Amino acid sequence: MNPPALVTRSLYKRFGGITATQDVTLTLPQGARHALIGPNGAGKTTLVNLITGMLPPSSGAIELDGHDITRLPAHRRAQRGLVRTFQINQLFGQFTPLQTIALVVAEREGMGARAVRALCRSTSVVDEAAVLLREFHLTDVMHSKVVHLPYGKQRLLEIAIAVAGQPRVLLLDEPGAGVPAGESAEILDTLAALPADVAVLLIEHDMDLVFRFAQRIAVLVNGALLVEGAAADIARDPRVKAVYLGEASHA
Amino acid sequence: MTPASAPDRDALAPFARSARAQPYEVAIWILAALAIVLFPGHAALWNEIAILTLFAVSLDLILGYGGIVSLGQAAFFGTGSYVAALFAKHAMNDPLAGLAVGAAAAALVGLATSILVLRGTDLTRLMVTLGIASILYELANRFDQITGGADGLHGFAMRPLFGRFAFDLDGKVAYYYSLSVLFVLFLVARAVVHSPFGYSLMAIRDNRMRATAIGIDSNRRLAAIYTLAAAMAGAAGALLAQTTGFTSLDSLDFHRSADVLLVLVIGGTGYLYGGLIGAVVFVVMKDVLSAATPQYWQFWLGLILVVIVLVGRERIVRPWHALADRLRRRP
Amino acid sequence: MLTILFDGVAYGMLLFLIASGLAVTMGLMNFVNLAHGAFAMAGGYLAAILSNRMGVPFLVTLPLAFLFAAALGAVLEPTLYRRLYRRSHLDQVLFSIGIVFMAVAAVDYLFGATQQFVQLPPLLQGRIEIAGVGIGAYRLFIVLVCGVIAVGLQWILAKTRFGSRLRAAVDDSRVASGLGINVNVMFLATFAFGSGLAGLGGALGAELLGLDPTFPLKFMFYFLIVVAVGGTTTITGPLVASLLLGVADVAGKYYAPKLGAFIIYSVMIAVLMARPQGLFARGGER
Repeated sequence: MNPPALVTRSLYKRFGGITATQDVTLTLPQGARHALIGPNGAGKTTLVNLITGMLPPSSGAIELDGHDITRLPAHRRAQRGLVRTFQINQLFGQFTPLQTIALVVAEREGMGARAVRALCRSTSVVDEAAVLLREFHLTDVMHSKVVHLPYGKQRLLEIAIAVAGQPRVLLLDEPGAGVPAGESAEILDTLAALPADVAVLLIEHDMDLVFRFAQRIAVLVNGALLVEGAAADIARDPRVKAVYLGEASHA
Repeated sequence: MTPASAPDRDALAPFARSARAQPYEVAIWILAALAIVLFPGHAALWNEIAILTLFAVSLDLILGYGGIVSLGQAAFFGTGSYVAALFAKHAMNDPLAGLAVGAAAAALVGLATSILVLRGTDLTRLMVTLGIASILYELANRFDQITGGADGLHGFAMRPLFGRFAFDLDGKVAYYYSLSVLFVLFLVARAVVHSPFGYSLMAIRDNRMRATAIGIDSNRRLAAIYTLAAAMAGAAGALLAQTTGFTSLDSLDFHRSADVLLVLVIGGTGYLYGGLIGAVVFVVMKDVLSAATPQYWQFWLGLILVVIVLVGRERIVRPWHALADRLRRRP
Repeated sequence: MLTILFDGVAYGMLLFLIASGLAVTMGLMNFVNLAHGAFAMAGGYLAAILSNRMGVPFLVTLPLAFLFAAALGAVLEPTLYRRLYRRSHLDQVLFSIGIVFMAVAAVDYLFGATQQFVQLPPLLQGRIEIAGVGIGAYRLFIVLVCGVIAVGLQWILAKTRFGSRLRAAVDDSRVASGLGINVNVMFLATFAFGSGLAGLGGALGAELLGLDPTFPLKFMFYFLIVVAVGGTTTITGPLVASLLLGVADVAGKYYAPKLGAFIIYSVMIAVLMARPQGLFARGGER
């Protein structure tokens, strides 16, 4: 059997006196549709940063497709197919969507270091980018600078970048953030259209999105895993309800 | 992902054809080639413009495209200048050989120091680049038995180019030499900025975190462009030494780094031709103002800089930035 | 050797006096002012003119230099500098380089390029024996004056309301103004005061540092080193950095003249690489 797509083992992260991540052990099998939920400040984004290599762990290990990547630099993890989206759009402001996706495709194909032939003359790259943009309904804005795009389009581009990388493991950090309820259907469509062999971890607050998407859910509270299981079980779990209800009663 | 239909070629054209040579570019280079024919009495000026353009383009690569703020580009200019002069004086006075050696030496210095500019804020980079240039200046000053110190190096003349074109007194050969080197290296720079590597640089500049997340090795890419820019700046310095038969500590001086920064402020960064436009304006302005108040050109330079910054770089250069944008976008 | 050490301390104290204003400006307004040395130069030239051409006693020129430079700062801050606080550091650098060029050229035009000297009173010429070591009276005077000022600054910063408001504004000017601290007045006062200190340092140190039109450019880097290495949030940081720099520079020039400045620059680069936010700065430096 294939090794799981992503594994974290006893991941810890301490900042001075604060333990942001506490003994987190997660397994993402191939083709997973998992979600990670938890109250604000639970450390979900910290965990993503640890997995992708933006933060070094205080202790613990991370494996991608059975290979230990704990000490691998962030860009190398991305090259191996560990891709994430950001909670706040992280785009290249001066690029157009077409330029952005073309660059992502070129990097994926290992052409990123080539300095002689123009990017725009690479027909296969440009064509693939055009196709992807059409799938994300970005064709009509593909020549507009990203800074000029409305938020919804920027959010779609954020996810398109991740998909363009043909990831093995995809970590989606609150893809629905800031998107009005009417437009989140587009987000859900793109999530549903993700290839079956990609392992997806969805971090979300929008429970609607979570329960429609995820097979298994992990609940993170104060940096530690409270419980992890099948979506239906989590929905019924009294501890999970207490965590969220407890949060609601403080609100 | 099976495409529903073939991509619309026309719709993609604005991007697909964005690397093509634009009419205004052709016009600029033709004018440049004719400049010395049209205004033969100002050969030295044209030469200075060509060299300064090359120097500015080198800074544009790291500043405009790479996002590295540098106050020390003179380090590479001066290295190229001194190495070319020393090479001509003690080894071989063939211009192209000296040019290559000067550029290579500058590239080495760039590569060696590139590690220092990969990290840190704009301010850190400003200081580090300033520090590196200052160190080189001090070194050249101290080891004056080699460099001639404050008096500079002279007493070397170039062999005829390709064995045929002797450097003549009216400066035509010198100008065409500088212009040709500029043109070739400009083409190199142009190819680089349109390539995937060039785009990755701009990605690093605009959002380093995101660039890393799509698999870009930012450090290596930045080191590469820094080295290339150093080589180009070194070539510019070598040209200066070779075409004037002289070099001195002035080639490493802070004002060189500040001047070239001003050139890019005037002409605009991030589209390569800013260096050329800025160089023309700068040299002409300097010539006019120096004639009026010889030692105090520096005052006007400072005033112009202050005014440009206060008014806003965008507002002043917007007229021809907008023009450049429009010219760039036409397929 | 002790003499060299003391010389270095005097040199360093002067650097501290001048650079302290820059440290506060950078910490408070987040403004990179490469022209800070021009204020020192202004104070120095005023002292030189007053003492040489008008016979004003040296000790009187010192507070006048402070006031003159402070006045310059008070005029330039609201008219020019304030417009650039939100701009990029590159814009600020370009602007201040422009100011430096203008100042250098103007001074060259008005007073020529030769070095200016200040008439030291007889009291300060000559040496004093302390514990068997010969110490120049002038240098001793510098150390004392700068020491007193350093202590005073520390006291102001740590013990007075103005100081705590200043520290709050350095920490976060938006929050500070939300608390009712008049940030604009604070900026003006601080900028003027810092410029005044620089002018005082320029006058006090004219004999030691060498006063000519290129002064702001020559020392620009030293001031930046002090601030970069010492950080902008304390008094002690820049003080220690200045002392180290002063001693290293004087010792370097004496023991290894060919390599003196080279070592300084290299050490600075090394420090910046290791701690891009400065040796003494707290975390979260911009």
